[in-house]
Amino acid sequence: MSALLDHLPEFWQGLVVTLQMTAASFLGAAAVGLVIVAMRVGPVPVLRAVATVYVETLQNLPLLVLLVLAVFGLPEIGLKAGLTTTAIVVIALYEGAYIAEALRSGVNAISAGQGEAARALGLTFGQSLRHVVLPQALSTVVQPLGNIFIALTMNTSLAAAVGVVELTAAANRVNLLEAQPIPIFVGAGLAYAAVAACAGFVTGRIERRLAVAR
Amino acid sequence: MSGLLFDEPGPRARRRIRLATVAGVLVLLALVALAVRQFAANGQLAAERWQPYATWPMWRYLLGGLWSTALAAVVSAALSMAGGLVLALGRLSRRRAIRLPAAAYVEAVRTIPALLLVYLVLFALPRYGLDLPLFWKLVVPLSVSNAALFAEVFRAGILSIERGQGEAALALGLTHGQSMRLVVLPQAARRVLPSIVSQSVGLLKDTSLGFVVSYAELLYSGKVLANYNGLLIQTYIVVALVYLVVNASLSALARSLDRSVAGGGGPRRRKITRVPR
Repeated sequence: MSALLDHLPEFWQGLVVTLQMTAASFLGAAAVGLVIVAMRVGPVPVLRAVATVYVETLQNLPLLVLLVLAVFGLPEIGLKAGLTTTAIVVIALYEGAYIAEALRSGVNAISAGQGEAARALGLTFGQSLRHVVLPQALSTVVQPLGNIFIALTMNTSLAAAVGVVELTAAANRVNLLEAQPIPIFVGAGLAYAAVAACAGFVTGRIERRLAVAR
Repeated sequence: MSGLLFDEPGPRARRRIRLATVAGVLVLLALVALAVRQFAANGQLAAERWQPYATWPMWRYLLGGLWSTALAAVVSAALSMAGGLVLALGRLSRRRAIRLPAAAYVEAVRTIPALLLVYLVLFALPRYGLDLPLFWKLVVPLSVSNAALFAEVFRAGILSIERGQGEAALALGLTHGQSMRLVVLPQAARRVLPSIVSQSVGLLKDTSLGFVVSYAELLYSGKVLANYNGLLIQTYIVVALVYLVVNASLSALARSLDRSVAGGGGPRRRKITRVPR
């Protein structure tokens, strides 16, 4: 136990890096996901194809392979960036594919009649999206997006494998010093569980607030 | 092509679609040109840097890595499916004493990164006198974490079977266990087959943690190769392509199974959205 308490600053630093990476890459992933889903449900065949290939490619590659490729491979073609930045960008691109799929299944869950009725009433594309489609789509995707957020938090730990010192790497380092694996790793695990529990709580509240009567 | 978001395009919309097509293609070409320029400017397009990947010994080595990947994936899939089935049945048990621990396991493991479990097996167990061979250092943590995921898949499958099936079995005088084994599980198994295959894609992706364990699966083999021949980006691109081919085939299989299961009549089960891993 004292191994955990003596090294609280290291753990805290690791947790902060994990939270920063989670927040930054989730924002990035949301932006990527929005763009990709817009391309995928839009009427332009070329953009549809590009978005489909993007989603299929990223969902079928291990995140660790992408991280290794970006961290060790890209400097070879003159693309150099900070380690943490690289990891954040890669995680955002990867999770963006999953967010796009979650959003798409939310949009697909709405019956076509809703959009047709909106257009029949004379709403423009933007209006029908804002007043009819999105409110219904959002309430069904809150839970999947929450699950993606939790998985993303867990996935930031893979950055430890390419040298970013976040919570998992911090735990590993402290363990190398103190050699008391059980309290140290359990402590780190509890920190992740706490983040996930917060995320679950928040998504529950958002879901109740967005729930639409049907 | 009428639907939720737009009607059959009229002349003006068709013009806009053509414009967007041209713009999209131009942006795509620009990106490709940029990538090629970066590769060329740093001399990474030189033939001798790609030539090695046209030779058999290189592929023999990488395919050996792929074989180890497959081995680890198959063994931990078998272990985690067995564990997942037990956990799913446990969560659906009528006894609280069984239900609660199973639920706790699933919920707890879902919120612990697989890498942390790998570190635990890698660094904690040896201290308590349990030094597993490399293969098991990868397979054990993967099985522990994937058992929880398979448990949720199986539970969803069992719950998707109409209550009447189980009730009819009980009315015929089968015991609870018999109705589960003879009536519910065989039907659930067919429904979860597509989800099992797409979970296995996730499991196969997880085996890349062998990179950390230094178990010679595909990604770690790639690392060793890259350190040996200095062709970093080429090696990792080839490794990524191998993963892509294998996983995309499995995903395609899952989709076609999904279609054939959906076509088999019966109510459509709820679609499970994939979660990144």
